[in-house]
Amino acid sequence: MNPLDLVTPGIGLIFWTSVVFLLLVFILKKYAWKPILDAVEKRSDSIEKAINAADEAKASLDQLNIERDKIKKESLADRDTMLKEARDTKNQIISDAKAKAKQETDKILTDAREVIKNEKMAAITELKNQVAILSLEIAEKIVKDQLSSDDKQKALVDSMVKEVNLN
Amino acid sequence: MERLHKAISISFFFLLSLGMFASNPDSHNKESSSTETNELYNPVPDVMHHISDAHDWHFFTFKGTHFSIPLPVILLTDGNLDVFMSSAFHHGHETVTKGDRVYEIDEHGHISEASGKTILNFSITKNVASMLLAVTLLFFILRKVAKAYRKNNGVPRGIQAFIEPLVLFVKDDVAKPNIGHNYKKYLPYLLTLFFFILINNLLGLLPGAANVTGNIALTLVLSVFTLIITNFSGNKNYWGHIFNPLGSSMGWGAKVPLYLILLPIEIVGIFIKPIALMIRLFANMTAGHIVILSLLSLIFMAQSGLGTGGAFGVAPVSVAFVLFMYLIELLVAFLQAYIFTLLTSLFIGLAIVEDH
Repeated sequence: MNPLDLVTPGIGLIFWTSVVFLLLVFILKKYAWKPILDAVEKRSDSIEKAINAADEAKASLDQLNIERDKIKKESLADRDTMLKEARDTKNQIISDAKAKAKQETDKILTDAREVIKNEKMAAITELKNQVAILSLEIAEKIVKDQLSSDDKQKALVDSMVKEVNLN
Repeated sequence: MERLHKAISISFFFLLSLGMFASNPDSHNKESSSTETNELYNPVPDVMHHISDAHDWHFFTFKGTHFSIPLPVILLTDGNLDVFMSSAFHHGHETVTKGDRVYEIDEHGHISEASGKTILNFSITKNVASMLLAVTLLFFILRKVAKAYRKNNGVPRGIQAFIEPLVLFVKDDVAKPNIGHNYKKYLPYLLTLFFFILINNLLGLLPGAANVTGNIALTLVLSVFTLIITNFSGNKNYWGHIFNPLGSSMGWGAKVPLYLILLPIEIVGIFIKPIALMIRLFANMTAGHIVILSLLSLIFMAQSGLGTGGAFGVAPVSVAFVLFMYLIELLVAFLQAYIFTLLTSLFIGLAIVEDH
């Protein structure tokens, strides 16, 4: 066969190809490309929306995390403050108690000293009286036993009392 | 699943080779019986027969019996429409008489009228039949894919997962970057073009199939569609580039003599682009078929030159090369569909680009 036949387009195939191809374009446009491209577009839209929603969710989660961290930090600071205050209060109470106790002790001691002093004074006075009585009894006995003259006896007693001064 | 795929692909290639083998011995027998000498087998007639159109769909001939599907012959002669089946010719042994018209067919499938009347041949030839089969298949595949989107929330499955990336590829990587924001208007044409060429390329690789996209009539039609769409889309800017390519860079006094040369070049350029498209697809597909058929013919050349032993010796090498070529042709099938679509969108893009 003539090789030129290969590059000679036949009218029949030209006709049928034109008809078939044109029909194919219009049929596929309606029944294939439109549904396929619409579905793909719809799907890519929904994927885009889903990605955006995920991004938003992530952003709000980040925001929540930041807020949580802030609250945590604040509560930690609060706790520290409270602990410090409690410590201060404790120290205050202890030092107050100590001061009060010291005051009490001092008062008790002072009172005790006063009492002791008073008691001592009372005892001394008592002792003095006892001594005076004793002295008088001694003097009486001496007077009775040894002295004849009342005046002499009295002078003697006075000088003896002075000598027995215990203070 | 993996093993099934493997088994299918192996048997597929086995069938391919078988189909090619099966169709050749007949021609070889014919050749040697007609010459009655021990001449070397000439593959050219068989190869040409395989890549050409035909009036019946011939699969193979076994012991002198032709296994072929007859196809309708539609002839327009002097205003008379004559329709009959190609089997009426009995493989060229008989003529067909319709009214005063006597049709005869030669060994290359050319129908002529006995008294030399001009015939317009609108027959459903092997290529037309193959094309109809291809578009029917394509329609059902794409319809299935389109319907599948209503299920599974649009998650692609099965054939849908194969078609969708191709559709998105044409949309996002071919149409969008080359045409620009107006690309949606051209998508149905570009997608149809891509899948039409692809399925015809792929079906053409099957044994016994037609060489549809390797026929210049088909590529001519597709190129003409591209030519029409490109030029009808052309804006002021596009026509300005053709009829006033120098613009305001110089005065008319200087431009007129230059345009005597430039204008014919620009106008020829309008047609050169689709012509290049036409030849590229035609030549690539036809060349692929010729290479595969030639490699297989080596076996029969060895048989005629060296005997059966020679044929068995050459066969493994030949089949290995054919297998390799088939893989390349599979790539070319996708590549040529891609290039045709890419260049078409490029031409459209150039025609509708705004002044910058």
